Amino acid sequence: MDLEEAKEFKERCTQCAAVSWGLTDEGKYYCTSCHNVTERSKEVINTGDIPNTKIQAINRGLKRKRKFEKGWDWYVCEGFQQILYQQAEALKTLGVGPELKNEVLHNFWKRYLQKSKQAYCKNPVYTSKRKATVLEDNPSHSDWDSEPDLLSDFSCPSFVESGTDSKPDGHTQKPFPISRTSQSETASICSGSLDGVTYSLQKEKGIVKMTVPRTLAFCYLSLLWQRETITLSDLLRFVEEGHIPYIHAFQRFPEEMKLYGRDKGIFAIESWPTYEDIYKKTIEIGKFLDLPRFPDITEDCYLHPNILCMKYLMEVNLPDEMNDLTCQVVKMTGIGEVDFLTFDPIAKMAKTVKYDVQAVAVIVVVLKLLFLLDDNLEWTLSNIAEKYNEKNKEDKPWFDFRKWYQVMKRSIDEKKQKWEEARAKYLWKSEKPLYHSSIDKAVVYKRREMVVNLQKQFSTLVDSVPTVEKKRPSSFQFNWTEGDSTRTCFHGHGLQGILKKKGQSLTTKNSLYWLSTQKFCRSYCKHVTTYEESNFSRSYQFIINLFSFLLRIKTSSLHEEVSLIEKRLFKAKYSKTKKKSRSRKGRK
Amino acid sequence: MSDFSEELVRSKTEDEQEESCMFSGTGMSFPWLQKHIETVATGGKKEKDFAQTTSACLSFIQEALLKHQWQQAAEYMHSYFQILEDSDSYKRQAAPEIIWKLGSEILFYHPKSNMETFNTFADRMKNIGVMNYLKISLQHALYLLHHGMFEDANRNLSHAETWRYGEKSASQEVLINLIQAYKGLLQYYTWSKNKMELSRLDKEDYAYNTAFQNMLNHSGKMSVNLCTLIQTPGVWDPFVKSYVEMLEFYGDRDEAREVLTNYAYDEKFPSNPNAHIYLYNFLKREKAPREKLISVLKILYQIVPSHKLMLEFHRLLRKSDKEDHRKLALEVLFGVLDFAGCTKNITAWKYLAKYLRQTLMENHLAWVQEEWNSRKNWWPGFHFSFFWAKTNWKEDKALACEKALVAGILLGKGCRYFRYISKQDDQVIKKKIKRIKKSVKKYSIANPGL
Repeated sequence: MDLEEAKEFKERCTQCAAVSWGLTDEGKYYCTSCHNVTERSKEVINTGDIPNTKIQAINRGLKRKRKFEKGWDWYVCEGFQQILYQQAEALKTLGVGPELKNEVLHNFWKRYLQKSKQAYCKNPVYTSKRKATVLEDNPSHSDWDSEPDLLSDFSCPSFVESGTDSKPDGHTQKPFPISRTSQSETASICSGSLDGVTYSLQKEKGIVKMTVPRTLAFCYLSLLWQRETITLSDLLRFVEEGHIPYIHAFQRFPEEMKLYGRDKGIFAIESWPTYEDIYKKTIEIGKFLDLPRFPDITEDCYLHPNILCMKYLMEVNLPDEMNDLTCQVVKMTGIGEVDFLTFDPIAKMAKTVKYDVQAVAVIVVVLKLLFLLDDNLEWTLSNIAEKYNEKNKEDKPWFDFRKWYQVMKRSIDEKKQKWEEARAKYLWKSEKPLYHSSIDKAVVYKRREMVVNLQKQFSTLVDSVPTVEKKRPSSFQFNWTEGDSTRTCFHGHGLQGILKKKGQSLTTKNSLYWLSTQKFCRSYCKHVTTYEESNFSRSYQFIINLFSFLLRIKTSSLHEEVSLIEKRLFKAKYSKTKKKSRSRKGRK
Repeated sequence: MSDFSEELVRSKTEDEQEESCMFSGTGMSFPWLQKHIETVATGGKKEKDFAQTTSACLSFIQEALLKHQWQQAAEYMHSYFQILEDSDSYKRQAAPEIIWKLGSEILFYHPKSNMETFNTFADRMKNIGVMNYLKISLQHALYLLHHGMFEDANRNLSHAETWRYGEKSASQEVLINLIQAYKGLLQYYTWSKNKMELSRLDKEDYAYNTAFQNMLNHSGKMSVNLCTLIQTPGVWDPFVKSYVEMLEFYGDRDEAREVLTNYAYDEKFPSNPNAHIYLYNFLKREKAPREKLISVLKILYQIVPSHKLMLEFHRLLRKSDKEDHRKLALEVLFGVLDFAGCTKNITAWKYLAKYLRQTLMENHLAWVQEEWNSRKNWWPGFHFSFFWAKTNWKEDKALACEKALVAGILLGKGCRYFRYISKQDDQVIKKKIKRIKKSVKKYSIANPGL
């Protein structure tokens, strides 16, 4: 009990009209004269200092049972908060430091609520809209419970929301007032959350609305801030493999958080996240939150191309020696510089680097430098390497592109097949079915039951061993070992056959190179190049397919990244062609 | 949010429909345009991964079935059931039938499956939606029959027979009739079993009467069950056949005749050669006049000119007094031999040889020429090549002789087939060949001027 702290609460008591408040142990205000305990709690001013306020907030909110409904009162943003919480927990079990959840993601989320005017601001959307009408309604009513619990420090306490009935009034701007009436059995449009209906109709300019895919953008932003060793493609792969809650995240909401009606459209999703989409959303949210420049990505960071290149060279079973070349390319192109790599949302052209795609693109460029990949030279070089290896069995073997291709082709085809099978077997539907309205509730439940029964019946026909064994999360998808001929490890193989000494330094034997594209699209269609597979050599196609499968991205976006690296690497060439075309235009 | 956007799309297309109505008011309508707009409205939306994976799952099941990998098919099936919960109502409604077809196939072959699992599956699938109840019931009954569960199948059909679902039952009337007819067919089975027993019993035997009574019982139900279906247009061969057999057994010839005539001649029924064959056989048993038989076979001739009854048809026509019938008799023979399947039919060749001679004897050269003109380009290669002469001679000398005679008459002495056969030095049929040579000389229509 701390009367000092309770001083700032200056409202009259609804029971005795006195202004004399104390604080209970739970942090709620109670009237010292009549001992009436309010639902209001002491505002927490410095939430940042308490690591787990977010979780506390949820707990507090959900404890209040609704009088007329089975479930709790909850807001859509609380649902997203739940998902974020789950995802943060999952990231923690994946080995990410606890600061990500407690500090970074929490602060980002708080900032989001503030920017989207849902909480931590002067006029939260939930209150301002109805204040005028409600005030004159019945000032004696004391039902405080209907604003989200995130708003622990809002400053217009006179807001009262009547629970049971709200008169239809012309003053309200919204067609569906936030009130229980929308949940009555007769209403055709309803939601389990308090603001599900309004939320799905809301289209305010300048506000980035929260969606389930955007939760991943939040996760990635925090990973980026913390410079964690998880790339975007890793994150999305973990989502697909079920290590991070996403598709079924709403199922793990507390039992009393009922989801139905419009909530279905908000929380139920039937697609996996795609790289491009989440990437775009990340930038969008970074800008919306008005975040400062992110911590520098220096050479010792995991996301630095030098390190990522090393990682992907290991992943695709290429010789370690290639790392020197990738580092050179990184240096020449300048993509390893801090200013280039660091995300700065407030910069004029906010953009972040697709670290993983870029690293892979560097490897592709290096492969082109070494082997040309014209369906000819790489095989000639392979013949030379093969002969050398036969003669010198004791020495360090030369890298044989053909052998590598054979091993990789088999492994990737196998992986791809398994991946496709696993996807085809994926169960999308939740155990608790979601329905649109009370009318189809029974039908939906019956359908669910039927599916469960059928599944049960067919599972007796399947061997007891589960076919899709859950993979342990790993940032590596392949495992190469020496000795096993199908999974030969090429890491230790040398590049002597492909490089030659020129004075002090080594250069590639192959002096030719072809550019992936000559022209870049300058229109506003947002794609830089087009990738028409059949126009390229088989080897190039294979390499592009291999890497884009590893990152689960479209082949065209990897090709685009390769072209961008080449543009930086062969600046002179490009400016020449540019000039040429210009001069040609000039002549015309 | 997807469902919400679905609503938007729907309301949009509705608006457009109104618009197109307005356009049609000016006298112009573009039905294709409406269709085009609709496909654009839905095609522009990105397909969800749910739709993508379920359709991938379907193709995995189909592939597994094709390779008889029942185990894998069952695994994928386990995941495919979720299509019953698809938010796309069109796909959701089409799903039960697909699932039933795939699932019943898997359960039919899967080593771990048994009668019980199949029955449970069928019962579950019957009750998903209303439109599949009858179809699945019928197929379930057929499955049970396949496994010799006669009683269960019968019970199943009886259940299905009484199924009603408001207005929906009207659209499924044919199915109900079909189910009843299958029930009738099962009764026919018992009936004919009884009939067999009866034939073994002595008329004086006291068991005879009860058996006869039993039969009568079944036949009564059976005729009720079969009647309705037979009257609706369609191909109902086994049902018609058993119904007629029963009618004939009880001596109700008029009813039987009416059923068969209706089945063969009602224009609403699809063209069905068997209908005419049944009628013809019935009339033959009845010893109907030749004229009547000819008229039935005439229709069969138009549908299936190569049918084996055509030779019988030829015989009937040959004996007719009418000239056009006798002309038709020749036409029919030529028609039969046009078919590759009949090239070695010795009776046909024998008839043709004999009838050609007869026709020419009666001075109906024009009839022969009329038939021959359309065939003279291809019959020599088709029937009378050197190759055929050799093989026919080797395989069937009698056939070769008949064909040689026909070839001689139609193509003249110089034709290869005739020359090859006539040159053969065979003691046994020397006389026959001689006779052929004579006939050819006399009747050959080739180069009559020479």
